[in-house]
Amino acid sequence: MATAAAWSEEAARLVWGGAVPLQVHLHDADVTALPPPPPFLTLGPRIGYFPLLVSTIKAHFSSSLPPGVDTVWFEYKGLPLKWYIPIGVLFDLLCADPERPWNLTVHFRGYPADILSPCEGEDSVKWNYNNSLKEAAFIITGNSKNVMNMSQADQLAMWESVRKGDLDSYMNISTKLKLGPFEEDFLVRTSSLEPRQGSDEPESPGSVKPCRVPVRLYVRRVQQDLEYLEDAIPVSDWESVSYINRPFEIRKEGGRSYIALEHALETLLPEFFSSKPAARAADPEPAATTPDSEPKDSDTSPSTHHDEKPPPASPQETDVAKKTKLKLVRVQGIELDMDIPFLWVANNLKNPERFLHVCVYVSA
Amino acid sequence: MGGSSVCDGTLSLDEFNASAKALVTKWSGIDVDNALPDWEWRPCRKMGVPSETEGFVALEGVYRIGAGSQSEESDDDPVPDDVVEHDTWVQSSRDNVHLYDFHIVYSFSYKVPVLYFQGLQSGGQLLTLDEIKKDLPSHSLQLLNESKWTFITREEHPHLSRPWFTLHPCGTSDWMKLLLHKLGDKDRSLQYLSAWLSVVGQAVGLKIPLKLYCNS
Repeated sequence: MATAAAWSEEAARLVWGGAVPLQVHLHDADVTALPPPPPFLTLGPRIGYFPLLVSTIKAHFSSSLPPGVDTVWFEYKGLPLKWYIPIGVLFDLLCADPERPWNLTVHFRGYPADILSPCEGEDSVKWNYNNSLKEAAFIITGNSKNVMNMSQADQLAMWESVRKGDLDSYMNISTKLKLGPFEEDFLVRTSSLEPRQGSDEPESPGSVKPCRVPVRLYVRRVQQDLEYLEDAIPVSDWESVSYINRPFEIRKEGGRSYIALEHALETLLPEFFSSKPAARAADPEPAATTPDSEPKDSDTSPSTHHDEKPPPASPQETDVAKKTKLKLVRVQGIELDMDIPFLWVANNLKNPERFLHVCVYVSA
Repeated sequence: MGGSSVCDGTLSLDEFNASAKALVTKWSGIDVDNALPDWEWRPCRKMGVPSETEGFVALEGVYRIGAGSQSEESDDDPVPDDVVEHDTWVQSSRDNVHLYDFHIVYSFSYKVPVLYFQGLQSGGQLLTLDEIKKDLPSHSLQLLNESKWTFITREEHPHLSRPWFTLHPCGTSDWMKLLLHKLGDKDRSLQYLSAWLSVVGQAVGLKIPLKLYCNS
């Protein structure tokens, strides 16, 4: 009997087939022939990456390109686009009001090396994907051995399926990794099938390993009095976006049989929820159920330790917390209701590298 | 019911913070020569407000003489009052001085510390990977040539949103487990960073004073 959080093939097909209409303009400084070439219209796969579009874009602009070879990069309203963030996530984060088509500028010179990590074409994207997949495997199972031990043929086939957006081919290989889906009983499938390879000690039935879900959050601030998303001030620099790479841990001892998206965000972004009385009451829970905190008790008395758990917020911090308010949560272009089951979102809206990318708009 | 502290080579955030403060305290207590600055704790900023619980440890302004000055130095004339040649050596030495910043950041994914670093020329320009390679110990250089994509890469600094060089953390918990095997529970978490630094520091040519490992 399928549970509410179970994986749905229909959802996966919709996610993998998702695309953003792009209108790519050649940067003025790179135009070497008059009249300037018309913009290039194409679809950018939501789960894909901009460097993978470079070859077709180069072909379109070939008659106008300056001589020489430099790293190609993309920009939206003056902001260089991070090539290692999936196209769909960049769109959800930077276009408060979805812009269709999304107007981008492509540059063939002047790579902003102080802002963007270096990119050597497809190889960089492939290894960025591989390293993210290893990271996700570590989060879920406690080690990356399933990914590290993939055969060369499987590694290549998996990357090809991601590059081409081929879900069937991807499913054939990714099931070998045993990385999910997350079950309602809070155990990933691999945990029930085999013991953790990284652990030498026998696992007692009483201590259930926490289920860890790979999550990457992108928090953007919008003006407080914003009524219409189209009036949002564009992001002008990456420092104003908070990027949080932190897995969400689910523990059975918590006693929750249902975890809403709101609860997950409360845990991952406590500073945006601390003004709520309910969230404040939830703070002691991690202290009570986190075995990792036990060694600290030997340094301080238990009462002192627990008193430290909710740290007395400075007046300034309290003010910020009160002012900030969650406006919007987007995953795969969908504005999610806060009551939606978190595990359904994690199982069905994740990217091929097994991370759930969540765009959060807050007003401050 | 408190579970036993299983030594799997990882740290919780609280343990990282405690170990970081232990490192900062112990390092500042060592009579390190003037060549090495102090480690200091940096709270991370969210919406402009320093966080009470999250941050990283920074060691900044570590000088390293570039390889180019070695040949110049060997040519130095033994006559001490040779002003022209001495000036040439000083000029050459200054041009080859590199300034390194090291940050230790906690990885929530791997539950281990991660080293981020960058190098600057004396004029303030960022060092490229090829320039940094010249400062690496030979064993690290060999490893980097073999594992281009998974040893030292240029990734985004989690707190600064800019590309920094980093040592990939996916194998850290395995070798830390071996290193910490014989320590007691309390010592294990407090001394984690010092032990970790003994391995990671070697990989990037950062010399760690031996006094850090003495009980004092």
